[in-house]
Amino acid sequence: MSQPVKKEVDRSAMQVSDEVAIEIRNMNKWYGDFHVLKDINMTVNRGERIVVCGPSGSGKSTLIRCINRLEVHQKGDIIVDGTELSSDLKNIDKIRSEVGMCFQHFNLFPHLTILENCTLAPIWVRKTPKKEAEEIAMHFLEKVKIPEQALKYPGQLSGGQQQRVAIARSLCMKPRIMLFDEPTSALDPEMIAEVLDTMIELAEEGMTMICVTHEMGFARKVANRVIFMDAGQIVEQNEPEEFFNNPQSERTQLFLSQILGH
Amino acid sequence: MKMEPFVRTEMLSEQPAPLGETGVLKWMRENLFSSILNSIISILALVAIILAFMVLMSWAMQPSWASTSLSQCQDDPAITGACWGVINNRFNQLMFGFYPRVEQWRPTLAFILMLVAVAPVLFNNLPRKMMWFSVVYPFLAVILLWGGTIWGPLLVLAGFAIGFILFKVLFGIVGNLAAMLIAVFATLLWWLYGVSMVAEVLSGIIPIGLEPIESSKFGGFMLSITIGVSGIALSLPIGIMLALGRQSDMFIIKTLSVGFIELIRGVPLITLLFVASVLLNFFLPPGTDFDLILRVIIMVTIFASAYMAEVIRGGLAALPSGQYEAADALGLDYWQSMRLIIMPQALKISIPGIVGNFIGLFKDTTLVSIIGLLDPVGLIVTIQGSSDWNGIVWELFLFVAMMFWIFTFTMSRYSMYLENKLKTTH
Ligand SMILES: Nc1ncnc2c1ncn2[C@@H]1O[C@H](COP(=O)(O)OP(=O)(O)OP(=O)(O)O)[C@@H](O)[C@H]1O
Ligand SMILES: [Mg+2]
Repeated sequence: MSQPVKKEVDRSAMQVSDEVAIEIRNMNKWYGDFHVLKDINMTVNRGERIVVCGPSGSGKSTLIRCINRLEVHQKGDIIVDGTELSSDLKNIDKIRSEVGMCFQHFNLFPHLTILENCTLAPIWVRKTPKKEAEEIAMHFLEKVKIPEQALKYPGQLSGGQQQRVAIARSLCMKPRIMLFDEPTSALDPEMIAEVLDTMIELAEEGMTMICVTHEMGFARKVANRVIFMDAGQIVEQNEPEEFFNNPQSERTQLFLSQILGH
Repeated sequence: MKMEPFVRTEMLSEQPAPLGETGVLKWMRENLFSSILNSIISILALVAIILAFMVLMSWAMQPSWASTSLSQCQDDPAITGACWGVINNRFNQLMFGFYPRVEQWRPTLAFILMLVAVAPVLFNNLPRKMMWFSVVYPFLAVILLWGGTIWGPLLVLAGFAIGFILFKVLFGIVGNLAAMLIAVFATLLWWLYGVSMVAEVLSGIIPIGLEPIESSKFGGFMLSITIGVSGIALSLPIGIMLALGRQSDMFIIKTLSVGFIELIRGVPLITLLFVASVLLNFFLPPGTDFDLILRVIIMVTIFASAYMAEVIRGGLAALPSGQYEAADALGLDYWQSMRLIIMPQALKISIPGIVGNFIGLFKDTTLVSIIGLLDPVGLIVTIQGSSDWNGIVWELFLFVAMMFWIFTFTMSRYSMYLENKLKTTH
């Protein structure tokens, strides 16, 4: 399921600063009676590239969806960019406009063109003038290498192109943090590379990223930390080399042997 | 080395099907005469259709346009079928009811202006500035149709401005919710009590207006269109709000919406119309004489919005939750995501249902004949009761049915055009 990353990764600009971007303290979440996330503690510094992996149902999606409050946590604190996530709508909107998110199924808006998809949030949330928003959008569409598709509708693009548009759409809000929830797992193998390349370029520019992914090649080359989750808990976290070569817990070893196929 | 993914950058253009795979003959061979049994059935059906058509035509093709009574038709040996004179003779009544002849330019003008007002709503390639006329049109239509002093409708319109200004002023002082409540309440008070008083004073000073026409004079297609179009225009926005209310996280709003929808949907329209004609006056402050047509419009709107809400809820349910999440994740607030992302898609999915409701509503306006309003069907009974046309049946019903069909078929074609236009995949 994971493929080797062919692209050369330039790590020179990937620097982790001391500044804290996300802090999660004793966070717990339930779906009804079901305890999905148990006592999550995690600090993400600015510039970190974190890969979250773990078996299906372990709570990876739920964890990153709590960070921009697509899901509500019931206990503990989440502090993003110094703003605490509470039920205060102002804080939520502020955090959401600074945290970009890409989904497994892209979730582009099918009734809007690619360009409109990208300009919508800057125009309505950031109040950017339309013309300027379009310039920004074209800039990022060029960056993800599909400026020529700007006037098409999402339904006319391939999966890989759609996911790159989704990344461009998030970038148009100039987010300081990007969340990815299995961005390549709905794609055909030949399209995975183009999306991973886009993500690598983003990392090279120093973006703070949290990616839920099973692309271990990407994790090895880009991540500075890999987090392994199981049954709603963070079981182990380490630098990629250590994580892959010398996993501590049994569950991690089992998971890695399954996913890497040895 | 970087691997360039292969992606087609241009779409292949469409090509015509190979020759011999198209055309009428091929279609007939495949669909009508594909086997012996199929051919026999096709021929029999064709014969039956032609016979029925010939019978209908021999009945309908009669030189009876000029006759002025049924007995005249019956006495004329040249006329052996339909007596179309009734349409000619009572055309004016079928269109306008008992609206005074000299004033009939008013509903006619209102109808033409209505076409202008709906045009920018229906076709988004028209200049957006035309929308302003669409906003003002309802008030213009009221002045034209009912006449009387122009101050009444103008002051009602002013109510919106009053509410808005009040909200803006109070917003800074007492906060969002309180300002909203006060503004709405003040506007309602203004409409219920202020308008009539101020209108009286103003029309005393500056008496501008048209000859007032009572609601009881309204009739025919003019009445159907007045009720139908008002119902259609009002039920869509109310239906949208109810559908959103039903989805809301807020308990009170959700309960009220569900309660309203289930209550109204469970009651036949005719019951609501009786409530409008008899009961509603009990609940209003004594002395307010609430126009019957207005009451009927309110009831028809209430009825249609409950159905509309359910149709739109279907559209909302069909949207993948990812659309809500993507809108949220981009930082759009609730109303923005509803207006820009959710509703355009939900409404598009619901177009067939919405237009179906519109058509149903328009046809249901004929039910008002039961509470004594003279819509086309009510007029048929009246005309049949006159000594000249006593005993005539088919000609009138056919004419009325055809007129309704023209309106509803237009709506249905428009909905197909719109669906096609909104298609964004190939
Ligand atoms: N809305 C919900 N209501 C109830 N349970 C839920 C809901 N969403 C997720 N769950 C449950 O919570 C658990 C964690 O789900 P989550 O989607 O976070 O897993 P995941 O690690 O992302 O898995 P996958 O790799 O399959 O995406 C799962 O057992 C799932 O069944
Ligand atoms: Mg998941």
